[in-house]
Amino acid sequence: MSNVPADLKYTNSHEWIRNEGDGIVTIGITDHAQELLGDLVFVELPEVGASAETGSEIAVVESVKAASDVYSPLDGEVIEVNEALVDAPEQVNDSAYEDGWLLKLKLADAGALDALMNAEAYTAHAESEDH
Amino acid sequence: MLIYEQSHTGRRATAQSPAAMGDVSDIPAELLRKETAALPQVSEMQAVRHYTRLSQKNFSIDTNFYPLGSCTMKYNPRACNTLAMLPGILARHPYALESHSQGFLACMYDLQEMLKVVTGMQAVSLTPAAGAQGEFAGVAMIRAYHDANNDHERTEIICPDAAHGTNPATAVMCGYKVREIPTKSDGDVDVDALKAALGPQTAGIMLTNPSTLGVFEQRIEEISRLVHEAGGLLYYDGANLNAILGKVRPGDMGFDVIHMNLHKTFSTPHGGGGPGAGPVGVSKRLEPFLPVPMVAHDGENYRWVTEEERPQSIGKLSAFAGNAGVLMRAYIYARMLGRDGMLRVSEYSTLNANYLMALLKESGFEIAFPDRRATHEFIVTLKKQAKELDIKAMDFAKRMLDYGVHAPTTYFPLLVPECLLIEPTETESKEDIDYFAEVMQKIQHEAETEPQTVTGAPFTQPVRRLDDVKAARELDLRWSGK
Repeated sequence: MSNVPADLKYTNSHEWIRNEGDGIVTIGITDHAQELLGDLVFVELPEVGASAETGSEIAVVESVKAASDVYSPLDGEVIEVNEALVDAPEQVNDSAYEDGWLLKLKLADAGALDALMNAEAYTAHAESEDH
Repeated sequence: MLIYEQSHTGRRATAQSPAAMGDVSDIPAELLRKETAALPQVSEMQAVRHYTRLSQKNFSIDTNFYPLGSCTMKYNPRACNTLAMLPGILARHPYALESHSQGFLACMYDLQEMLKVVTGMQAVSLTPAAGAQGEFAGVAMIRAYHDANNDHERTEIICPDAAHGTNPATAVMCGYKVREIPTKSDGDVDVDALKAALGPQTAGIMLTNPSTLGVFEQRIEEISRLVHEAGGLLYYDGANLNAILGKVRPGDMGFDVIHMNLHKTFSTPHGGGGPGAGPVGVSKRLEPFLPVPMVAHDGENYRWVTEEERPQSIGKLSAFAGNAGVLMRAYIYARMLGRDGMLRVSEYSTLNANYLMALLKESGFEIAFPDRRATHEFIVTLKKQAKELDIKAMDFAKRMLDYGVHAPTTYFPLLVPECLLIEPTETESKEDIDYFAEVMQKIQHEAETEPQTVTGAPFTQPVRRLDDVKAARELDLRWSGK
């Protein structure tokens, strides 16, 4: 199984969420997701200020194999996006949890974070999908 | 080498050059180009050699087993093309009078009628110029229907997660929100999830049957009943029509609208982006909304049906009436096969797929839906090879080329990891299908014993492994000249 850092939260649809405090989270796609997608060639990011709704599309990642939606794990407002990915989408492949982050959200309800999957649950989920 | 790189000022290929300059005196001066077009200047012999060499590099169904099947291009009988090129057909001007086009219009009318019979739909319009336009026309009709009923609350189209990407794209294009529903582990639509998704906001559902997973939707009648009870309509994506041609009819399954890719199933070369035909067929309730023109027959004469006669029509989709040449090939193909021939297409395409699936299963390959009978195509997943040997589906695909077999569809559908979607079609012989299974075994053996032979492939083609990442990231199609 690929890298699943213990200090992050996860979704069924393979996004990771890092709690930055003050109701702000950073969002990206997991190492497992980038591995399945293969080399990314294009990343489409939302506008800063856009509102994000749980489960709705917030970004698009496109690889040589497929274009895939990234879903917002929580409700909130986009406060920053990783502009570097526009010219260097490969950062998502090389560093899914650091340089490959996609965007930051200011959460509508910081408490909602607790309900998301932890690393253990995500690992089990990704493995079950594998079979 | 590009033909531009062979260019020498003053060389001329008489046979390929226009005989005389046309009269341009009626074209406004500001629209005339200032410099001469940068066309290559080569001799006739150079031009012949250049294009013959290019054609020899083509890895195509005319030279090799090509298990992309009707998904991309099955074998198109030569006769269809030859007959569609008869001068009376080829030279007919789209503005020709109806009285001068009776032969052509008769063919189009008969094609409409034959497509009605083979799909079980009430009426057909041939005019959409490709699959995407057929889809657009189909969903636009669903929308027109709800609008005509003053039912403006229906804002959602349901698509299974196994759908072709074009389906949600079409729904969005027509102003709908897409609601995705999951697929069960046996490949069928999750009917409980469908029930939960249905409601007064449902405009319709878009389905491919057999689905992209190569299995026939077993509960299609129930799905159809549920969607209709919720007030929605059913859209049939005709991508996999080849599997059921003449056997089962979308109209009988309860679909309200269907588009057919005549360029996939009915004998037109396709896969290079060009010209197609995506006729739409509809149930009774959608008939008034069909795009125009269509062809009518009053027992004696054939004529175009225009928008004036059909005020509820979604209108015209192109300047004339779709791609006449593609429609002619489809007409000829349908006439050549007849009803019995159509049945043989679906029977043999299904038999061949199931035979090949059994061969591969026997030799240890993992089938994505092992408990299901294949339709005209089936899926092998190489996730075990990827995990244990680090040999990916793409490596298998590239190595096949060295054995003289074109790769099947790779990495689609997205739901199945490391997959090959294999569609041998009805025209392949048992020997060719056996050879494909043998090639898969050989590559498996190489993957285990000499993996670099697989990961380094192809070795025998005009080019080695292409850098598809670079091609996508740094797309450069323009010849920059010397």
